Formats: sequence, structure tokens, C-alpha cells
Amino acid sequence: MIGLSDYLVLAAILFGLGVAGIFINRKNVIVLLMAVELMLLAVNTNFIAFSHFLGDTAGQVFVFFILTVAAAEAAIGLAILVVLFRNRASINVEDMDDLRG
Amino acid sequence: MTFEKFVFYVFALITVYAAFRVITVRNPVHAVLHLVLAFFSSAGIWLLAEAEFLGITLVLVYVGAVMVLFLFVVMMLDVNLAPLREGFVRYLPVGGAIGGLMILEMSLILASRHFAAAKALPPHGPHYSNTRELGALLYTDYAYPFEIAAFILLVAIVAAIALTLRRRPDARRQQVGEQVRVRRQDRVRLVAMAAESRSAGPAEEEGS
Repeated sequence: MIGLSDYLVLAAILFGLGVAGIFINRKNVIVLLMAVELMLLAVNTNFIAFSHFLGDTAGQVFVFFILTVAAAEAAIGLAILVVLFRNRASINVEDMDDLRG
Repeated sequence: MTFEKFVFYVFALITVYAAFRVITVRNPVHAVLHLVLAFFSSAGIWLLAEAEFLGITLVLVYVGAVMVLFLFVVMMLDVNLAPLREGFVRYLPVGGAIGGLMILEMSLILASRHFAAAKALPPHGPHYSNTRELGALLYTDYAYPFEIAAFILLVAIVAAIALTLRRRPDARRQQVGEQVRVRRQDRVRLVAMAAESRSAGPAEEEGS
């Protein structure tokens, strides 16, 4: 049988890859968004694994809501990206320093 | 090793490989396609965990809508890739170290005997419907969060359209209000003039 640890370790690997992706692709907004999607996928896998092993469907309801919010986030993030590219002709994070932060 | 476990490991390997390619590949279009592969194999893993509805939702909604949206945007933007890859080698050690450390730490905890001791519940019978179960929960206990989720989607639609809508100065649009409000005096001008004789030439008639 597939153990709970198998699911959790797989989700941990996915999450770690997402974090590493944010570090090494810190100039490209598109890949940053995709790394966030990877981390959300890892969290969802965790929810589903626990839901499966506890026999509680509430975990799947949470995955449902996370998918909804992630879809909204992707849509708005890509809209911001399109507006940014229209104004700057670039998606480099380094160019977004207007606030002098 | 049972067949189930074999399938799980195959899907897990494909998922990890695809996720690794997402963050390392040079071309963003290839990155999006590898992310699609990661979602597909994750959907397989979710099916193994008896979350059938969510596995199919992941393929339909995520791969079918969100990833296609990503692909549209990536292909529409004419991105110069060279400056985006500048810091890749510089940040590779620190990113790899932190990611690897996180994976190592979490694996130490999660692969320990406490989590490995969790016994899977007996699988459901042939008449069990995951969709029915999820719907029964979603429309009773979670009805109010469900409405909020719908509202969040509405806000996302409005926000995305409002962000990307632009008014072009050279666009010609109908102005319905002015068209409706127009009076006869604005368009037609009656001119009193003497009648002309028919003997005038056809060229003059055309010109008049």
C-alpha cells in the first residue's frame, strides 16, 4: 500500500522545488508565477493525502477552495503582467523599482 | 511492490522531473508545458488517493483553462530572454541549498515512523461516489464559503478585465446617446432656390 509518508515526501519535494525556482529565476515574473503554482500543487497534494488517510472529505473541500483562489490569482497576476509588459516592454523584476524599495 | 505502489512511483517521478524542468528550462513556453505535465501526473496521484473529482477538476480547470491562459500570455509577449537569465548561475547555489535543505528537513520528519505508521482506510466500495460526497459537504456545511469563492471569481473577472482594458484614442465608436438625441434641424437644411430649366447639360446636372 502507498503510505502517508510517500505522499507527504512527494509534496515536500514539489514545495522545495518551488522555493528553489523562486530563488534561481528571480528576474522572470512568468517563472515566478509558475513556481507559486508548483507550491500550491504541493499543498493541495498534502491536503488530499491527509483527507485520504483520515477519511475526512473536508480536506478535499479545502483543495477545491484553494484551486478557486489559485485560478483567480493566476488570472489577475497574468493581467498585471500584460499591463506591465505594455507599459515597460519588459517583464524583468529588476525594472520594477519605481517605489525605490 | 504492489501495482498500486508502482503506479504511484511512476507518477511521482514524472511529477518531480517536470517540476524540476519548470524551474530550470530556458524557454518559458517549455516551462509552461512541463508544468502541464506536472499537473497531469499529479492528477494521477490524486486519483490514487481516491480524490477522483479533484483529479479531474485539476485536468479540466487547471490544465484546460489556467495553463492555456499562461501559454497565451507567454506566447503573446515578445520577451527578450537573455537579461532574464542573468542571475541564474549566481543564485543557483543559494536557491539549490535552501530548496534542498527544506526538502531534507521535511523528509526527515515526514518519512519518520510516526507518519509511516498511518494506516490507509479500507478502499470504498463500487457504489461510492466521491463527487456526491464532496457535493453533499459543499452545499451544506460549506455553503457560505462556497458563495464567497464564487464572489472571488467574479472579482477576479472584473479585475482582470479592468486591468487590461485600454481606451485607444484612434478608435471610432458609435455614440448612441448623441445618435438618439439628434434633431432634424441638425442634419437636414432646406434651401429656398429658384427652379432651373431642364435644358442644362447632363454634366452640370451631375455636378449639382
